[in-house]
Amino acid sequence: MSEGNGQSERAYTPSEMMIVSSARALAGVRTVFVGVGQPNIACNLARYTVAPDLELIYESGVYGAQPLRLPLSIGDPTLVTGATSVVSMADLFGLYLQRGLVEVALVGGAQIDRYGNLNSSVIGSYRHPKTRLPGSGGACEIAINAQRLFIIMQLKKRAFVEQIDFLTSPGHMGGGDSRQVLGMPGRGPALVITDMALFDFANSEREMQLISPYPGVSLEQIQAEIGWRVRLAETFVQTAAPSEEELELIRVHLDPNGMYAKKPREAPGQIKA
Amino acid sequence: MTDKRLSMKEAIAEYVQDGMSVAIEGFTAFICFAAGHEIIRQRRRDLTLIRMTPDLIYDQMVAAGVASKMIFSYMGNPGVGPLYCLRRAVEKGIPAPLELEEYSHYGMVGRYIAGATRLPFYPLQSYLGSDMPRVNEQIKFIESPFGNGKIAVVPPLNPDVAIVQAQRADKQGNTHLWGLLGAQKEVAFAARKVIVVVEEIVDESVIRADPNRTIIPGLIVDAVVQAPYGAYPSYVQGYYDRDNVFYLEWDALSRDADNVQAWLNEWVHGVADHAAYIEKVGAETLERIKPGSAPAAAVDYGAYR
Repeated sequence: MSEGNGQSERAYTPSEMMIVSSARALAGVRTVFVGVGQPNIACNLARYTVAPDLELIYESGVYGAQPLRLPLSIGDPTLVTGATSVVSMADLFGLYLQRGLVEVALVGGAQIDRYGNLNSSVIGSYRHPKTRLPGSGGACEIAINAQRLFIIMQLKKRAFVEQIDFLTSPGHMGGGDSRQVLGMPGRGPALVITDMALFDFANSEREMQLISPYPGVSLEQIQAEIGWRVRLAETFVQTAAPSEEELELIRVHLDPNGMYAKKPREAPGQIKA
Repeated sequence: MTDKRLSMKEAIAEYVQDGMSVAIEGFTAFICFAAGHEIIRQRRRDLTLIRMTPDLIYDQMVAAGVASKMIFSYMGNPGVGPLYCLRRAVEKGIPAPLELEEYSHYGMVGRYIAGATRLPFYPLQSYLGSDMPRVNEQIKFIESPFGNGKIAVVPPLNPDVAIVQAQRADKQGNTHLWGLLGAQKEVAFAARKVIVVVEEIVDESVIRADPNRTIIPGLIVDAVVQAPYGAYPSYVQGYYDRDNVFYLEWDALSRDADNVQAWLNEWVHGVADHAAYIEKVGAETLERIKPGSAPAAAVDYGAYR
């Protein structure tokens, strides 16, 4: 696993790899819209490593949060104390999000299709759902207005589906220039960060493509968790394993009890905000 | 000046009637369980419950059978998982079917703003490409009259009653709130009647010493209820933390409908009021959720004579 350049000899969990991978993707980013759990740890890891000027914006109306403990929900009072600013929902969605100040938003969902369209509303039919999921929250407008979306989800066959049951938050819609045709301000999904591999949408169809499998994960294993024939980027590089520094920051400072970084792979219905 | 202080029992009896639309707001914070539990105790029926984030309180109220409809934008146990009582109502009609009217967060905020400012609709950059407008005909698109694009619009929302928890108010209902501001101001101005629930009643001079912090003026307030720990097991910034132990317990016990009824019987119907509920919760828990201190630097408004 180790080839020098600081890669760790230590074993790490798929969750830790996903957190590290998300943090690295935030290199140089100034503002990120984030929820709790693994994305929150990823943002804080990025602040300590590749994005020292990163400001965390929470859906609860907090700008520039510097929590003293791991927040348990987006409404955790630890996010308020010591933040740069705390604003109403009207200001958050109007002045920050719709104004275009959110560079990257980290989002997830219960289902995703090949164009990065997301479902967090229902499994089954809308009127008679098999599983009623939480709903949009702010995800629909976030997907439309954030400059770029990073989608963070565990790679699972029941989540990566040919046809999502409900389109809550638009990705690249039917592909190509669908978003521009509709006049959406944001550029839409840029990355899908999973616990097995990284994907982007850098082709003219705006179709999800595999760009980087994680160490020790085969193409067959990745394809087995995707409900369509996955597109491969013309060139792809293997993601580097977490470094000693990255693992140290996660395990000692950011998630000392392993609440999120040690979590096993879970069912896609379990969305947390 | 009118003294608007009422007990929670009086305020709910006076302002919340069967069939009304009720918004207990507070975005993942300041969630007024004291009011929700009193509505359950007084066995209101057929309410339309309005809230961006229904949280545990609407899970409990729906399980108790007070509601026939919910207007919302995110139904989850924040940071924990699903709301099982709401899911049972929606998926299986237990204890009764629950009609849903669903928006995104900004759509709900827009509805409150239109309601508060007496606008015919509120425009927002959302819903493009989403299936939400297909299942909610209240979400529409219009062409901008200025020829610069299509925009989503939502209609005004004017709840019959808004209930807002805050840190402190004076007897007339001039209310200081700090922390997550959510949509408390907007919902209060939108509602026909407003009940403010506070940790402390303070002298008018305390309010006047810091007028920027007065989020809700007594002008629009109908009742002021003092209810210490009124938001427990949610929290009030600077006064107490969320009791996350309870949020996790609820995740476990609410998976079973009978357990929920037993819980409601013991912890809501089985106590006289919120003070009795808090006493039953116990000093040990209250000590555990007590935050440290982090005061802001005082500001000087200046005396201009």
